[in-house]
Amino acid sequence: MFASSELNQRNRNRERVFRVLFGTMTALLVLPVIIILVTLVVKGGPVISVEFLFGNPTNGMTAGGIFPALLGTVWLVLVALLASVPLGVAAAIYLSEYAADNWFTRAINLAIINLAGVPSIVHALFGLGAFVVFFGLGTSILAASLTLAIMTLPVVIVATREALQAVPQSFREACWNMGATRWQTIHRVVLPNAITGVLTGVILEVSRTAGETAPIMFTGAAFFLPFLPQSVFDQTMALSLHLFVVSTQVPGMPEQLPFGVALVLIGIVLIMNSLSIALRMYLRGKKKW
Amino acid sequence: MLRDGSVKAMPGLNHHTNARSAPVAIRTRDLNLWYGQFQALFDVNLNIKRGIITALIGPSGCGKTTLLRSVNRINERIDGVRTTGTIEVMDEDIYASGVELLQVRKQIGMVFQRPNPLPISIRDNVLFGYRIHTPKETLRHSDEDAIVEQALRQVLLWDEVKDSLHKKATGLSLEKQQKLCIARLLPVKPEVLLMDEPCSALDPKGTEAVEELIWELRGDYSILIVTHNMAQARRASDECIFMLLGKVIEHTATDKMFVTPDRPETADYIEGRYG
Ligand SMILES: Nc1ncnc2c1ncn2[C@@H]1O[C@H](COP(=O)(O)OP(=O)(O)OP(=O)(O)O)[C@@H](O)[C@H]1O
Ligand SMILES: [Mg+2]
Repeated sequence: MFASSELNQRNRNRERVFRVLFGTMTALLVLPVIIILVTLVVKGGPVISVEFLFGNPTNGMTAGGIFPALLGTVWLVLVALLASVPLGVAAAIYLSEYAADNWFTRAINLAIINLAGVPSIVHALFGLGAFVVFFGLGTSILAASLTLAIMTLPVVIVATREALQAVPQSFREACWNMGATRWQTIHRVVLPNAITGVLTGVILEVSRTAGETAPIMFTGAAFFLPFLPQSVFDQTMALSLHLFVVSTQVPGMPEQLPFGVALVLIGIVLIMNSLSIALRMYLRGKKKW
Repeated sequence: MLRDGSVKAMPGLNHHTNARSAPVAIRTRDLNLWYGQFQALFDVNLNIKRGIITALIGPSGCGKTTLLRSVNRINERIDGVRTTGTIEVMDEDIYASGVELLQVRKQIGMVFQRPNPLPISIRDNVLFGYRIHTPKETLRHSDEDAIVEQALRQVLLWDEVKDSLHKKATGLSLEKQQKLCIARLLPVKPEVLLMDEPCSALDPKGTEAVEELIWELRGDYSILIVTHNMAQARRASDECIFMLLGKVIEHTATDKMFVTPDRPETADYIEGRYG
């Protein structure tokens, strides 16, 4: 009664084929990531030292450290965050909690999605035209950060909106039915439950920002500045641009050095991503519905 | 159980209009409602009395939820909803200009099909409505304790949760969640309670417990309860409204409706349900 039929056998074989096929695809996908990481660690690892992380570049950048670039990246990311997060979160709250679902909001949503697809070099040129020239900010941290902010705004909005929409509608209805205003509903119930998603989205977005090169190249990042920026109106070095420079623009560069820079850059991104995942797990453990 | 259809005198209510008959909690006049092109309610005229339990029955999709949601104006949150006619609650037109929507929602409590406690502590759930309707300056922690206890006692939940008031409400059993959802309406002292199939997500024991609770609240509030359960409507209501395809077919005392309904549709529905 329970013996295997020929059809069972055939299905089982097919099952095996697809399992192997999909498994191979996954392996092919993971392989490059592993190769990149291993190469970076093997080649760049030996360069990393306290002196490398916290020293100034010397000898035409062929020696010394990367501190101005490291600090510059932190500056750029932080200022971009300060600009894009309040704006993006507020816009997302408006779009998902207040705005009626009509052609106008749908058009705005479409615009946001398209904005996310604009190549970063286009944002760079926009930033150059708008912030550097038109608003007269010059090439500065502020101009570069605002450019980054504009570029990452759609991601912040989309991530926030998704987090808000993951909060069950029944919570909102419960509040409204007790006579709560939209704002009371948002700040007492919706936001506390969406904050995990918002934070995660924001941090993931930040890590992308850290690696961007094109948008900051024309707007605030300098090839070589052997001193630290004093304010947001100064230019700054940045890791991503520094990597480009030491990899391609300087003759006689020690082979290891660019790998070291890349390792630091990837390290920052990985640390931020892990932070976001840890934060998500921590906050998710605390909530239950 | 007592079901004599009488109405307890309610202190503090102004009965300035309609002194002839029993005081009315919800009065609708020629109420029509459209979802976009689709008409869901047709000329609904109802006088739902104060202080008693009125059951609203009818087949799925006949507009029971729609009617309920019109009474606290929550339907307005849905895009494309259009309403004509009037609804008066406690003799006041809730669509009149000058009516504060938030007061309407406060005075008319709503209980949903699926218990929907907020993902905060039991205590905070009970106090949610109270806190949003009380000025910050007059909020007192000591008052709050008394309010929580009173509300939870009224819904027969106090003894079971008094030691876990700070636990998440979403961890309670469905029955307790539903009782909590009723309890959180009480601290703002609503006049009318609307309940949309409050027992349909519960097991028979939970159903019985919540029914018992609703019966306890009878007299203090005017209750309009939607149910699919004929036995429940029969057991636990004073009057009964039967709706079909967006129209009110019959509205009489429950005893009468289940024994000698006036309209053949009503009889068909009631009998169909019993097989
Ligand atoms: N948001 C909406 N948009 C469009 N049509 C709706 C909407 N809500 C309800 N309807 C329609 O209105 C009619 C009445 O719906 P309603 O939910 O009031 O019925 P009900 O009597 O509560 O049904 P049930 O017993 O299944 O809960 C149904 O035909 C339904 O499809
Ligand atoms: Mg319904």
